[in-house]
Amino acid sequence: SCAGPVESKTEAAMSELVPESRQKPVVPMKPMGINANLLGYIGIDTIIEQMRKKTMKTGFDFNIMVVGQSGLGKSTLVNTLFKSQVSRKSSGWNREEKIPKTVEIKAIGHVIEEGGVKMKLTVIDTPGFGDQINNENCWEPIEKYINEQYEKFLKEEVNIARKKRIPDTRVHCCLYFISPTGHSLRPLDLEFMKHLSKVVNIIPVIAKADTMTLEEKTEFKQRVRKELEVNGIEFYPQKEFDEDLEDKTENDKIRQESMPFAVVGSDKEYQVNGKRVLGRKTPWGIIEVENLTHCEFALLRDFVIRTHLQDLKEVTHNIHYETYRAKRLNDNGGLPPMAVETEENHESNL
Amino acid sequence: QNHGYRTLSLSGHVGFGSLPEQLVKKSIKQGFCFNILCIGETGIGKSALINSLFNTNFDDPVSTHFLPRVQLRAQTYELQESNVLLKLTVVDTVGFGDQINREHSYQPIVDYVDAQFEAYLQEELKINRSLFSYHDTRIHVCIYFISPTGHSLKTLDLLTMKSLDSKVNIIPIIGKADGISKTELQNFKNKIMSELVSNGVQIYQFPADDETFSEINTIMNGYLPFAVVGSTKEVKIGNKMVRARQYPWGIVQVENENHCDFVKLRKMLICTNMEDLREQTHARHYELYRRCRLEEMGFTDTGPESKPVSLQEAYEAKRHELYLELQRKEEKMRQQFVQRVKEKETILKEAEQQIQTKFEHHMLMHQEVKQKLEKKKKVLENEIALFIEKKANAELLRSQASVSTPVVTLKRDKDGK
Repeated sequence: SCAGPVESKTEAAMSELVPESRQKPVVPMKPMGINANLLGYIGIDTIIEQMRKKTMKTGFDFNIMVVGQSGLGKSTLVNTLFKSQVSRKSSGWNREEKIPKTVEIKAIGHVIEEGGVKMKLTVIDTPGFGDQINNENCWEPIEKYINEQYEKFLKEEVNIARKKRIPDTRVHCCLYFISPTGHSLRPLDLEFMKHLSKVVNIIPVIAKADTMTLEEKTEFKQRVRKELEVNGIEFYPQKEFDEDLEDKTENDKIRQESMPFAVVGSDKEYQVNGKRVLGRKTPWGIIEVENLTHCEFALLRDFVIRTHLQDLKEVTHNIHYETYRAKRLNDNGGLPPMAVETEENHESNL
Repeated sequence: QNHGYRTLSLSGHVGFGSLPEQLVKKSIKQGFCFNILCIGETGIGKSALINSLFNTNFDDPVSTHFLPRVQLRAQTYELQESNVLLKLTVVDTVGFGDQINREHSYQPIVDYVDAQFEAYLQEELKINRSLFSYHDTRIHVCIYFISPTGHSLKTLDLLTMKSLDSKVNIIPIIGKADGISKTELQNFKNKIMSELVSNGVQIYQFPADDETFSEINTIMNGYLPFAVVGSTKEVKIGNKMVRARQYPWGIVQVENENHCDFVKLRKMLICTNMEDLREQTHARHYELYRRCRLEEMGFTDTGPESKPVSLQEAYEAKRHELYLELQRKEEKMRQQFVQRVKEKETILKEAEQQIQTKFEHHMLMHQEVKQKLEKKKKVLENEIALFIEKKANAELLRSQASVSTPVVTLKRDKDGK
């Protein structure tokens, strides 16, 4: 059976004489991509509005992880990014708490709303990372956590009766905090990023950048970029996922000039030139967090939240998750091969 | 929905209000897909309606009434309006309702709809898959054309719609509605709707849960089925060219809301609910298909003791099953191969026999001929021998004769003188 063009009358008459075989499901024709010229407004472009309304109704999930040695200002930075006390530091964290003996994973979720858009934001903190005397393999609990989230999603996805909206706990973005030593990356930094850049989007940031002058900052950034390149570490936005020329140009600029962002975080406000600004007060002046001449916080915020948030989620879903899924489905899960199988195997070998 | 999450207030502008915008931007880049299935008898105006809906003249070859069975013909067009790129696929049911025996009319349609779901499911089950670049061919809406008889639904209509209502969003419309008067029309619509309800046919309801559209959608639900008129020709009215049908008694304007429900259909189908139609197809109809299909294939979420079956076990079981199947097939093929080899051997043996027989026959012939020749040779040799003998005798006689002849001659001379 075919979905081809209409038969002529005589052919039709003839084919009636031929005994009919059982109907097979009709295979769709390959799209012919005929370009039709519209002669008037129809309203196809209203689908954008329809889509926007739909997404506003369902809301968004976003899961961000922060990794770095304690004291680098991770919690403060995340609070500054989301202009609210979303991070572990504020949810009952005590400064006198002992640094944990192993890396712990602590995920805290909040709901925030802006402009009618509801976001369920989860901040995943990793206290204990890099703080031990022996830090070998301290990235393993983190990698394990990330994979566990992929596993959770996969399990839900393969259910027969599955939820309309699968809860997404996968890590969409991992901010890695680099110590502002001014020299180069530490071995721990390289090891972590080498392992994890393959499973999650890593955005390296230089923490507490208020200890570097402009020249020191530029040099340090160049060196870090070089080291990352030399070690084959692909941080977000990864070159291979640039979708088109527009993306590539935009992302090239970010990759080669702006990143890693040198940031300063603060949740205190001060009065500067008649305005209330977030900043850090020092004897020699007030460091304005959102002032681009002082630090690159605003660049990071715009990058992560205002332009690339959706893309971070899509790369996580379409690439990292798919990679995990494919690997998972290919493995036989480490089960011993079934005895029955090997016997039959022998028999069938001619 | 918040599962115990605290709501925090923001102390300043963060900027994630642009998320819908980011999402929309990505969707525009990817483009949109919309697939319409038109079911209706030949000549009821399917092509004319599609042309009118999308305000363009798609090149559709005209169908005949004499097809032996229903065929589904899909054509894809790329339409663009401002920055929105739409890949529109229109699937036509060619030959629907034309056959004398229409028992199997709706089966090809159901098979087609299922085949699209199956294709998507196969892609989703692949190990290395690319769902985000997959060309979605699943049918998002089925426009069912009801004949404008003015009486009631035909049995074929009910059967077809019933077989499709759990698989696709159905919007029933009355085709070529310019043949019905206004009073007859309302009665007809009521009759149709009550028949659909009493037969349990689930048609698509325009969603009334969104505040913006709930009012208009509810009103529109009351106009179903839409009575439409489509036209491929344009008529000049005033100083504009409009799509219309010209009769001696007047002009039926397609886009005039007093004349027919075409504008309502277009509004509902495209401007208001296109996204919802796509979502219902994916979240409801496809999920149902998937669930049934997976259960058919032997997957369950809970095992025999109602314990949740892990993904691992399910895949292992399936893999083992497939492996056995593979073995069976391999064995079958091996046997077939052995069989073929045997057959070929027999054939070759026979051929060999034949050649052997021929060879022996030829040898025999050869022998016979040889013998004949030998005989002849002997005969000839005998003759030669005889001849030689004769020759020898003749020679001998001649030599004897020549010796005695001169005496006779002398004597004669003496006498004869």
